[in-house]
Amino acid sequence: MEKMHLKLTVNGEQVETLAEPRELLIHVLRERLDITGPHIGCETSHCGACTVDMDGKSVKSCTVFAAQANGADITTIEGLGNPDGLHVLQEMFKEHHGLQCGFCTPGMITRAYRLLQENPDPTEEEVRFGMAGNLCRCTGYQNIVKSILAAAAEMNAAKEAAQ
Amino acid sequence: MNEMTPPKSERAAALKGLGTSRKRVEDARFTQGKGNYVDDLKLPGMLFGDFVRSPYPHAYVKSINTDAAMAVPGVVAVLTAADLEPLGLHWMPTLAGDKQMVLADGKVLFQGQEVAFVVASDRYAAADAVELVEVEYEEQPVLVDPFKAEIEGAPVLREDIADNLEGAHGARRHPNHIFTWEAGEKEQTEAVIGDADVVAEEMIYYHRTHPCPLETCGAVASMDKVNGKLTLHGTFQAPHAVRTVASLISGIAEHNIRVISPDIGGGFGNKVGVYPGYVCAIVASIVTGKPVKWVEDRIENLTSTAFARDYWMQGKIAATKEGKITGLWCHTTADHGAFDACADPTKFPAGFMNICTGSYDIPTAYLCVDGIYTNKAPGGVAYRCSFRVTEAAYFIERMIEVLAIKLDMDAAELRRINFIKKDQFPYQSALGWEYDSGDYHTAWDQALNAVNYKQLREEQAQRLEDFKAGKTRTLMGIGLTHFTEIVGAGPVKNCDILGLGMFDSCEIRIHPTGSAIARLGTISQGQGHATTFAQILASEIGIPADDITLEEGDTDTAPYGLGTYGSRSTPVAGAATAMAGRKIRAKAQMIAAYLLEVHDDDVEWDVDRFVVKGAPERFKTMKEIAFASYNQAIPGVEPGLEAVSYYDPPNMTYPFGAYICVLDINVDTGTADIRTFYALDDCGTRINPMIIEGQVHGGLTEALAIAMGQEIAYDDMGNVKTGSLMDFFIPTSWETPNYITDFTTTPSPHHPIGAKGVGESPNVGGVPAFSNAVHDAFRSFGLTQTHMPHDHWRIWKTANGLGLHD
Repeated sequence: MEKMHLKLTVNGEQVETLAEPRELLIHVLRERLDITGPHIGCETSHCGACTVDMDGKSVKSCTVFAAQANGADITTIEGLGNPDGLHVLQEMFKEHHGLQCGFCTPGMITRAYRLLQENPDPTEEEVRFGMAGNLCRCTGYQNIVKSILAAAAEMNAAKEAAQ
Repeated sequence: MNEMTPPKSERAAALKGLGTSRKRVEDARFTQGKGNYVDDLKLPGMLFGDFVRSPYPHAYVKSINTDAAMAVPGVVAVLTAADLEPLGLHWMPTLAGDKQMVLADGKVLFQGQEVAFVVASDRYAAADAVELVEVEYEEQPVLVDPFKAEIEGAPVLREDIADNLEGAHGARRHPNHIFTWEAGEKEQTEAVIGDADVVAEEMIYYHRTHPCPLETCGAVASMDKVNGKLTLHGTFQAPHAVRTVASLISGIAEHNIRVISPDIGGGFGNKVGVYPGYVCAIVASIVTGKPVKWVEDRIENLTSTAFARDYWMQGKIAATKEGKITGLWCHTTADHGAFDACADPTKFPAGFMNICTGSYDIPTAYLCVDGIYTNKAPGGVAYRCSFRVTEAAYFIERMIEVLAIKLDMDAAELRRINFIKKDQFPYQSALGWEYDSGDYHTAWDQALNAVNYKQLREEQAQRLEDFKAGKTRTLMGIGLTHFTEIVGAGPVKNCDILGLGMFDSCEIRIHPTGSAIARLGTISQGQGHATTFAQILASEIGIPADDITLEEGDTDTAPYGLGTYGSRSTPVAGAATAMAGRKIRAKAQMIAAYLLEVHDDDVEWDVDRFVVKGAPERFKTMKEIAFASYNQAIPGVEPGLEAVSYYDPPNMTYPFGAYICVLDINVDTGTADIRTFYALDDCGTRINPMIIEGQVHGGLTEALAIAMGQEIAYDDMGNVKTGSLMDFFIPTSWETPNYITDFTTTPSPHHPIGAKGVGESPNVGGVPAFSNAVHDAFRSFGLTQTHMPHDHWRIWKTANGLGLHD
């Protein structure tokens, strides 16, 4: 199949690659761009291991065609931290034992990142509802929810301190 | 103590040893997307493999035409059984003493069976070619119901062994029969049941399900034809066993095979077995001379690799009219699918199902298990449990409830009067196990008090009254469970897999500057071994856990071990770790004594150092001793500070727990709202409470899934109805409750640090707790037994069948 010329912004960097239009975004990221943080868990949009942030929305990159992603601004788990350290969500997942095998974690944190943009001060119920598109087989979610609520509290405290 | 020496407690805390909720060392890479899972691996020139799978559950394969597939650009090879046969690899041995087709050899026996293996330059070309392989099938009658396997006219599935009436586990009475396995006293038990005051009888079905880790199974095989070495990366819960098996079936010398388990995205038993994909990747790499990756997709995972459970357990339980249990009888019909690929120790074709007397002092018991072939996927793995222990726990915990109904007794009290008492340990069970330790009454009272059991029952009675008065449409269920596990397989004298004794190992090297590396024969799949095993060592050798690197999963560097499953890592490899640590300490003592110019017996261990007895100001720290071992010529002592231990456990360990689930059922919608879940676990010595709690949360959520909706279901024609995550239930954060965790501590008397293992307890105990709660909600309407999973539809049907919608 003929390849198309894709231009994307991934984690703040302009990247270009050739890909078949039918290729899935997750395969382009993982196999053409060597961004292996997002994982493949189901290829049917159920598990959320492949979650990335695309133009300000959480998407499951296993059900986005490369062609649909052309020109998009994409953030993956690799783009969340900064040279000074980890994103507060990454810190809180470590602190509250919010992960075990780590396979769902990149998608989980990337989704939580967007959730806290959409709703910076969520209740536990809102976190549970907002994270329901991401499956975890290890943790039973209890500590994931705790991690996200702790991150929200930290981010809000930092915001307040800055004002 | 001089001023230079911090107090004992401070030094012990600095080690982050046993009992510390140490943060996990694995998390820095996982939270940044820097894990290294098998599908992340990209080797130069790597090809991709993909399977052509059978749409039919039972059919002859008349022909396979690969011409159109080979014409797809990028396709390098299409392998069929005919290509594997000259290598003797068209069939492979299973872990259960059976054999399994790698690629369809003349017929297919389950929907989704591997028929041909396409190898191409990328996964899209491979997928395109899979669609173009033309296979001509001739459909055969299908056998789905194991109870119809031996009736006249039943289709014979395994024609390859139809005439062989002596199987790997004794006599076979029919071509579709695999084995009969018995434990206990048949006649005596039947006599007790015949004479009993009260007998409760019930069929308890534990449905077919699947471990479904978030990462599916996969491998990358790389045959280096120049040096003759095969490197096999893969999702292996037992990398050393895979190396040995790979050597035996391929003929490649074992020293020329290197197996590497990288980070594994959850296992839960799914990654113990050897699958056709691994074999095909190896063959394809040998044939093409290039690395070949095979990673299954979710549909392939659910439909072809490693189902769990599928036990039909017919039970009879006898008791006096006061409720003292006198006998237990069980006949199990075990649906094993098309090949017997159970992951059990050789001598235990039904795993440790004979732990089914549970936590109770039952004087007489009998168990018989019949394994049956059907047109379903092979497997029979221990999905987050020790071998068939969850089936056993579900059976006895349901039978207790059924007996309580028959006796019109409170199920908590019935359990209490039948528990094995603390002073009866070590306890010899009627079905052959020696329980090492337990204190069930203490745990039970603690649990009942924690949830205020008496008050819950009063509330339930009030709710029932309100329901009958038309004031509410919800019923309240209280699910009780007291489970006893048997884990830590196991003693080499009776536990092996394919002849490999189930010991485990640890090798430690102390570096000159006082830090260390330890390597184990196990492999973490999320349990946090790199964190917890360093804690065991820190307490044993006085080197801070933060200064100890833990490595697992590379057979070229790690000592031989049987891997991680069945909650065996802590009981077996954890013991090896402690024992290797003690060897280090024994040598360190000699070095310290030499440096302090006293006799070996004149120094004693003090947290992180040896001190001269009676003169605590004279000491040598482990850091000093480590350096001395590299720079001093000590008479009679070899340089360096290293040790290795291969630990053969003297017995299994027997973790136990008391779980209580409270839920509200809406009889009109069939929904069950879990209000409270309390889990008390006794796993002996607790290494890392934070990790234990995390394991309990996760295991309970798997139990929630299994009890309340998750299944691998087949229709009457042998089609899998639950092949994707649309149909196969995995709870989300929305459905999952918060859990209350608690503990008692009864150390194992034979384990070096008293630990017992915990990872699988919550699945073993959780399933009956959820299920018993659903049953309990309907108890006063006459329900004794309804099969799992208790999804909304089935609960609604139960309510409807009991006339609650009239």
